[in-house]
Amino acid sequence: MDNTILEIRNLKTYFYTRHGVVKAVDGVSFSLRRGEILCLVGESGCGKTATALSILRLIDSPPGRIIDGEILYHGEDLLHCSDGKLRHIRGNRVAMIFQDPQSSLNPVFTVGDQISEQIKLHLGSRHKQTRERTLHLMEQVGIPRAAERMKDYPHQFSGGMRQRVMIAAALSCDPEILIADEPTTALDTTIKAQILDIFQDLKQKRNMSILFITHDLGTVASIADRIVVMYGGKIAEAGTALDIFDQPQHPYTQGLINCLPDISTRRDRLTPIPGMIPTLIDPPGGCIFNPRCEKRMSICSQENPPQIIISGEHLVACHLYPPSALPQDKTEVIENAK
Amino acid sequence: MPSDRLIEVENLKKYYPVTAGLLSRHVADVKAVDGVSFYIIEGETLGLVGESGCGKSTLGRILLRLEEPTAGKVLYKGNDIMTWDKRQLKELRKEVQMIFQDPQSSLDPRMTIGDSIGEALLIHGMKNERERLERVEELLKQVGLEPEHAIRYPHEFSGGQKQRVGIARALAVNPKLIVADEPVSALDVSVQAQILNLIKGLQHELGLAYLFIAHDLSVIGHVSDRIVVMYLGQVVESAYRTELFGHPLHPYTEALLSAIPIPDPHQKRERILLQGEVPSPIDPPPGCRFHTRCPRVMKRCRQEEPKLQQLEGEHSVSCHLYS
Repeated sequence: MDNTILEIRNLKTYFYTRHGVVKAVDGVSFSLRRGEILCLVGESGCGKTATALSILRLIDSPPGRIIDGEILYHGEDLLHCSDGKLRHIRGNRVAMIFQDPQSSLNPVFTVGDQISEQIKLHLGSRHKQTRERTLHLMEQVGIPRAAERMKDYPHQFSGGMRQRVMIAAALSCDPEILIADEPTTALDTTIKAQILDIFQDLKQKRNMSILFITHDLGTVASIADRIVVMYGGKIAEAGTALDIFDQPQHPYTQGLINCLPDISTRRDRLTPIPGMIPTLIDPPGGCIFNPRCEKRMSICSQENPPQIIISGEHLVACHLYPPSALPQDKTEVIENAK
Repeated sequence: MPSDRLIEVENLKKYYPVTAGLLSRHVADVKAVDGVSFYIIEGETLGLVGESGCGKSTLGRILLRLEEPTAGKVLYKGNDIMTWDKRQLKELRKEVQMIFQDPQSSLDPRMTIGDSIGEALLIHGMKNERERLERVEELLKQVGLEPEHAIRYPHEFSGGQKQRVGIARALAVNPKLIVADEPVSALDVSVQAQILNLIKGLQHELGLAYLFIAHDLSVIGHVSDRIVVMYLGQVVESAYRTELFGHPLHPYTEALLSAIPIPDPHQKRERILLQGEVPSPIDPPPGCRFHTRCPRVMKRCRQEEPKLQQLEGEHSVSCHLYS
């Protein structure tokens, strides 16, 4: 109805380690629509990568396990479909790219081989078509002299070019959804701008849906349609890019925005978020953010805040916004995770 | 020469030889740093910005003579440190210290952090153990850690805390200048702000000068008084911070500035997308090194190398558009 093609419902991915259970993803729900860039933002250990890996069931088991939830791709639950079916979806319908293109490319195959590998596997193309398509993909992501360069090996490419190779490989089967895990973090500033441009292009020209995972809220301001902010394995706040940047409601989101250096105003001191990211083996009770929160109340260390819709698609999980404090008709408690 | 210049480098060059074949024939040079000059005044922060491979880290290391330059001079308080012997260099390293990007790999995992910091004190002559312990505790407090942390090991600390330890260790010998090589780029944004505040706070408190090296212009802009922009081993522009951000002259600086993400979705700004990538420093393009990517390239740029020229104020630029 609203173009949702991927829906994640109450996802829980836990890691069973020697030291205890790490609740890396603990009741996360969001949806991805056709032709939008959805950004999943959070710091190290907030569960953003575990969420992405869970979508394609790529969590290493043991120690990890998806213990609950649904991942609905066009209404079909990927967590319970057959391996064969999943293999067809992976790479073909839903493709993924990672932060470090160096370690995701095989050093002993040419990049042309690696880009066309999926085409052969999924489309079963004959030789000539495969080559043409590979060339076309490389040109599309802006690799110059594609015909020569497809015979080169990954070490002959720069970091930015390798990331383009990864994107070309991910696009090889014309997927509907692209999951990009910190794709620009390892790149230089000017190259980062080029890669962000490619993503913008894919959205506009191919109507592709992109789940963009990053720790840097600043990067995504220019490309995000909607943003999900995660902290400690849970969603702290979600909404459109304008909701998040203009009216951030969760103290953590506010903190993330305030601690970005801003070149237009020279403040002498940044406003950092005090304390540090908690370990998820022994998380703080109640709201996970409460030890670092400046607006902490007594209830925060006792109860986990429910997620509340405050307007339109803007959703926040914080005790500052209890249902009772807002007009009844505008609020809806979606989920009261314990 | 004004006496307030703490350190000054003149026409510094560092070439790394490229060898080939069985006899390691010298076939080419990687021109990591190719004729760079700048100075740092006591108590100020000089930001050095550029993309990977532009030679900014090599420069930082040369200031402590951790790396021997191929040519050029480094003057510390007016004295050329290239002629200094081991004993004098030890004195230099009491005054000039370094903070590294990756706090994890710069701390010994088998030493408590108290010992790691104390080692610096011991090497520089503080033999009394009690005195050392007191100083370590004082340093830990100064960087926002607890004295009790002295007996813990690096793995017990988060990335941000480890960087605090790295800073404490650099401060141990009361330096005048700290070379900070990408000190916050490995940290999460919320922690990055804490460390930037700490670095600036210590400057006010102790009157430190910094050479702050980073690839992120928004971080550089936040901490620096003056900024030097490097491209492929050379300085392309340098100016006071407000001047550089307000009136960037070099097309490369303009592109870098336009690539800074603005945390505001309303501002859809015209990004200057540079074509292509940074050429190899083994065989830099003739003429202006930036001409292969420059949106405002002229015929002259392909043939003639521009010179760094000083315009009004302290604003220098190396570009044919301004000559």
